[in-house]
Amino acid sequence: MQLPAEDPILVQNYISGDEKALEILINKHNQRITSFIYSKVLDRAIAEDIFQDTFIKVINTLKRGAYNEEGKFLPWVMRIAHNLVIDHFRRNKRMPKFEGTGDFNIFSVLGDDKLDAERQIIKDQIENDLGLLIEELPDDQKEVLIMRMYRDMSFKEISENTGVSINTALGRMRYALINLRKIIEKNNIVLTN
Amino acid sequence: MEQIYPENQNKCRLVKANPESVRFLLQYSKSLNIVNHKGMKFENNLN
Repeated sequence: MQLPAEDPILVQNYISGDEKALEILINKHNQRITSFIYSKVLDRAIAEDIFQDTFIKVINTLKRGAYNEEGKFLPWVMRIAHNLVIDHFRRNKRMPKFEGTGDFNIFSVLGDDKLDAERQIIKDQIENDLGLLIEELPDDQKEVLIMRMYRDMSFKEISENTGVSINTALGRMRYALINLRKIIEKNNIVLTN
Repeated sequence: MEQIYPENQNKCRLVKANPESVRFLLQYSKSLNIVNHKGMKFENNLN
């Protein structure tokens, strides 16, 4: 009786170009991996998709020669599958599905995040006005505020770029906001949408 | 010996990916060619 080949041998054969070894590996672990994925997502079609994505990653890694999990093929594949299951749930959390029935209209409870034309014009005006107000600030405060708010830089990056300490950058940001509020109050400007 | 395991211990459903999925993966593997050039790896899908 011929014993089934061990995973490390099959993996090595596949890396060496033996496509049949991949077929054996997939068929050998198909049920275990698919059942694992299914136990998490509880949907046959999604489990199937994640199974495919898992092995696409496996194939890419093996063909790139980036596999170094000597002797631990199945745990490695399971970990990839597990990560993809997590990705799936993260994606669904960002984009929740709702299956309505009957006369229920999903759009009566789900709004559109986009602003309508009027609100968009108001938003543009506010941003424009805010830009003019920022121009009124002292240069050192203006510089920090622009780096933080418009370029999304951290205070560490700001301090490196401006040559001042983080505390100084924080202080300048604080005074920039205080001064902006003062200008807004002084001129009775309304900046709301 | 005392039976310590619950009777319904393995209620999880065992499922397998469809043969089509497996076939797709095998075809994908055959079509994928990775070329190493000056330390950079280029992926080609030769369909």
